[in-house]
Amino acid sequence: MSYEIKTPELGTVGLLRWLWRQLTSMRTALILLLLLGVASIPGSIIPQRNQDPTRVQQYFANDPTLAKVFDNLSLFDLYSSTWFSAIYLLLFISLIGCVLPRTWEHFKNISALPPLTPKNLIRLEEFKKFESSKSSDEILAIARSHFSKRRYRIRDCEASVAVEKGFIRESGNLLFHLSLIGILIGVSVGSLGGMRGSAIVNEGESFTNVATSYDTLSAGRFFRLSDFPPITLKVVKFTAVYDPISNAARDYSLIVDITESGKSNSRRVEVKVNKPLTFGSTRIYLQANGFSPKVTVRDESENIVLSGAIPFLPQDGNLTSIGAIKVPDLTPTQLGIVASFLPTAERDKIRGGFSSYPEALNPRLLMAAWLGDLGLDTGVPQSVYRIKTEEMERVGLKSLAPGQVWKIPGSSGISESVGSITFDGVTKWVNLQVVRDPGKPFALLGAIFALLGLLISLFARRRRIWIRTVIGENMSSSGVVVEIAGLSRSPGLAQEIDALVQVLNEKKGDDE
Amino acid sequence: MNKADWATLSNDLVYSSMGVIFIAFISFAFQTAWSFRVVPQEVDAANPKSVKYTKAGRIGIALAILGFLFLSAGVVARGVSAGRVPWGNMYEFSITGALAFLFAYLVTLRKYKIQWLGLIVTVAVLLTLGTAVTLLYVPSAPLVPALKSAWLVIHVCAAIISGGVFLLANCVAGAYLIMDRYQDEDGNENRPNWAKQLPTLAELDQLSYRLVALVFPLWTFAVIAGAIWAEAAWGRYWGWDPKETWAFITWVAYAAYLHARVTAGWKGKRAAWLCLFAGSTFLFNYVYVNIWGAGRHTYSGL
Ligand code: HEM
Repeated sequence: MSYEIKTPELGTVGLLRWLWRQLTSMRTALILLLLLGVASIPGSIIPQRNQDPTRVQQYFANDPTLAKVFDNLSLFDLYSSTWFSAIYLLLFISLIGCVLPRTWEHFKNISALPPLTPKNLIRLEEFKKFESSKSSDEILAIARSHFSKRRYRIRDCEASVAVEKGFIRESGNLLFHLSLIGILIGVSVGSLGGMRGSAIVNEGESFTNVATSYDTLSAGRFFRLSDFPPITLKVVKFTAVYDPISNAARDYSLIVDITESGKSNSRRVEVKVNKPLTFGSTRIYLQANGFSPKVTVRDESENIVLSGAIPFLPQDGNLTSIGAIKVPDLTPTQLGIVASFLPTAERDKIRGGFSSYPEALNPRLLMAAWLGDLGLDTGVPQSVYRIKTEEMERVGLKSLAPGQVWKIPGSSGISESVGSITFDGVTKWVNLQVVRDPGKPFALLGAIFALLGLLISLFARRRRIWIRTVIGENMSSSGVVVEIAGLSRSPGLAQEIDALVQVLNEKKGDDE
Repeated sequence: MNKADWATLSNDLVYSSMGVIFIAFISFAFQTAWSFRVVPQEVDAANPKSVKYTKAGRIGIALAILGFLFLSAGVVARGVSAGRVPWGNMYEFSITGALAFLFAYLVTLRKYKIQWLGLIVTVAVLLTLGTAVTLLYVPSAPLVPALKSAWLVIHVCAAIISGGVFLLANCVAGAYLIMDRYQDEDGNENRPNWAKQLPTLAELDQLSYRLVALVFPLWTFAVIAGAIWAEAAWGRYWGWDPKETWAFITWVAYAAYLHARVTAGWKGKRAAWLCLFAGSTFLFNYVYVNIWGAGRHTYSGL
C-alpha cells in the first residue's frame, strides 16, 4: 500500500481508493470507536442544554468566557453537535465498508469445503500419531461418521479426511456488525420522522392532539402534521401517593378519557409512569405534575377579568411552587402577581413560609402584586412562571387561604384599589409528553440481533481437524499409521482430538 | 415478622457476613505469610509449616463460603423487608454487587487455582460492604414510581452480575501485572514462594479474557434492557444521560479489549492494562455518576 502512495500516477481515483481502504480498515474502525467513547465523556460532566438548561445558564453566569468557549465547541449540545455526529457517521461508513464485502465473501463460501490436508501435519496443533491394525479405508470411514455426527463439514482427500466446524462463528460476527448498522438506521429514522412535545394540562381540562396544543414541540424533518394521532384526552383525575415519613412519591396514577376523532364515545384508561399510552408509533407519557391554584381577578367594578387554574412550577420535593398571574386587561394599568404556592404551609424563623408535605393539606398562596407594563407586547417570549418586573411597581404583599379575597392596593397617585383577587382553591396539573419514534422497532431488532450475533461469535467454536493414514514401512500388510492434527482459535481442540483417538481405537477393540 | 423486623434481620446478617469475611481475610493473610517459607508446590504432610499453610487456605475458603451464605440471606431479607427486589438504591446495589462478586470468585475457584486471590477478593468485598453500611445506608423503603418496572429487575440484575465479574477480571488482570514482574527476559518465571501458588502468567492472561468474554454479552444485554426501560419510563431509549454515557463508554472499552485480543493479537501486559482501564470505567460510573453526577439516574437515595 505504501508503494501505491509513492507512485506519481496514482491520480484521484487511486487516492480515493486508498482513502476508502484506510477508512474501512479494522484499525480505523477501532480508533473511531474509541474516539466516540472518549468524545462522549465531556457531555457527562458538562451540563447539556436538552437535559438541564438551568445548569447551563449557571455556567454562563459564573464564567461567561469559559462558557462561550464551551458553547463554540458545542459542548453544551455535544451529542447533537456536528463533530460528534461526524465521528459516528465515519464509524458507520467504516463499518459498512468493512462488513458488507465480508458478508458477501462469507455468503459465497457458504458451501465451501475445508482446505486440503496439509503436507506436514506435525507443524499444526495437537499432533498425534499412532499405529492401527485397521485398514486405511476403515479408519477414514470411522472418522467421517464420527465427525458427521458432530456436524462437521467433511472433505475427502487422498488417504485423508479434512473436517471443519464453526462457520457460524463468522456468521455471528457479521450478524453482530450488520445489526449495529440496523441500530443506526433505527436512530436516524426516529430522529427524522419523529416528534417530541409536551403539554401541561389541568385536571378537568382536555388536550387535543394538534400542534397548537403543545407548550414545546420539536419534530424531525420528515414529520408531517398528519402523523399526529387524531385524539383528544380529557384529564379526569390525577392521584399522587406519598410516603408519610420520607415524603417521597410512592405512586402516580392518571385517569384519562380518550376520544378518537370521528367517534362520539370515549374510553377511560389509566396512565402510570412506566405505562404510557400507545397509538401506533406515538406514545403519551405521564412526565411531571404539580399544583394549579384557582384564582378569580375582578376589576374595581367587580367585573371578572381573569378566572381559572394557573399551573405553578414545583421547586422542591414538598412541591413548594412558583408561578405568575398576569392580568393585562386591567385599567388603568396592567397587573402582575408574583406568587408562590405552599401545599402544606408552615412557617419558621429561618425559612419564613415553606411547605412541609407534598399534598394540599394546608394550602396558602403567597403573593406580591406589581402594577405597570407586563412587557407582553414586546414580542420576546416570556416564561409563564415569571414576570419581568423592571418596568413595574410593587404595591403589596399578601398570603391567602382558599376562599379568601385580597383587595389589591393601587399605586401611589392612581386610586385606592385596582381590583381584587380571590383564591378559589387548588387543582392539579400533569405534564403529558408525547413522543413519536418510528425508528424504535428497527433499533430494538438491531439490538436483539446484535446480542444474538455477539453470543454466537463469542461462544461458537471454530476448528479444523485433519486425519491422514500412512502405510507404515515395517508394519503388517493390513495396518496403517494414523496422523491427526488440528487448528483452532478456541479452546477444546485437544479434547476433541482425544475423543477421536479413543473412537478410532475402540472400534478396533470391538472388531477383534 | 413485620417489615421492620426483616430490615433489622437483614442488617444483622450483612454485619455478620462482614465479620466472617474479615476472619476469612485473616486466614488468607496468614496463608500468604506462611507461604513465604513454604514452597506451595512441595506441600508435604510431614512438614508442620506446610500443614499450617494448607489449613489456613482451607479455612479461608470455608469462611468465604459461610460469609457468602450470610450475605445472600442478608440481601434476600432486605428484599423481603422492602417488598421488592433488593436493588432500589445504592446501598442495595452495593450489597448485591458484593454478593455477585464473591459468587463469581467462588465459582471460578472451582476450576482455576486462584485461591491466593482470596486475599484481594476479601479485601474488595469488605471495602464495598464497609462503604455500603457506613456511607450509603438508607432505611428500607418502597420504590419511587419511575423504578416500578419489571425491566428494573432485569436490567439492574444483569448490570450487577456483569459488574461482579468485571471486578473479578480486574483482580485477575492485576495479579497478572504483579506476577509479570517476576518474569525475566527469557520468559522464565522466578516467583518468590508466596506467589508460586498462583496460576502461570499464561493462565492468568487467559482467565481474565475468558471472564470478560463471558460477561460482555450480559453487559450488552444490561444496556439494552436499560434502554427498553428508559423508553417505557422516560419516552426515549437513549438520551446520553451521564449514566447511559458511561455505560456506553464501558461497553466501548470492553469491545476494544476484545477486538485488541482477538483481531490485533494483544496479550499479556498490554491486554491486562486495557482490562484494568475498562473495569475502571465501570467503577467510575458506579461511584462518580451515582453520587456526584447529575441526570435522571439519581436514585442512589443519597
Ligand atoms: C461499534 C463498533 C464495534 C464493536 C462494538 C465491535 C465488536 C466486536 C466484537 C465483540 C467482536 C468479536 C470479538 C471476538 O470474536 O472475540 C468483533 C469482531 C470483529 N470485528 Fe468488530 N466491532 C465494532 C466495529 C467493527 C468495525 C467497524 C469493523 C470493521 C471495519 C469490525 C471488524 C471486526 C472483525 C473483522 C471481527 C472479527 C474478529 C475475528 O473473529 O477474527 N468491527 N467486533
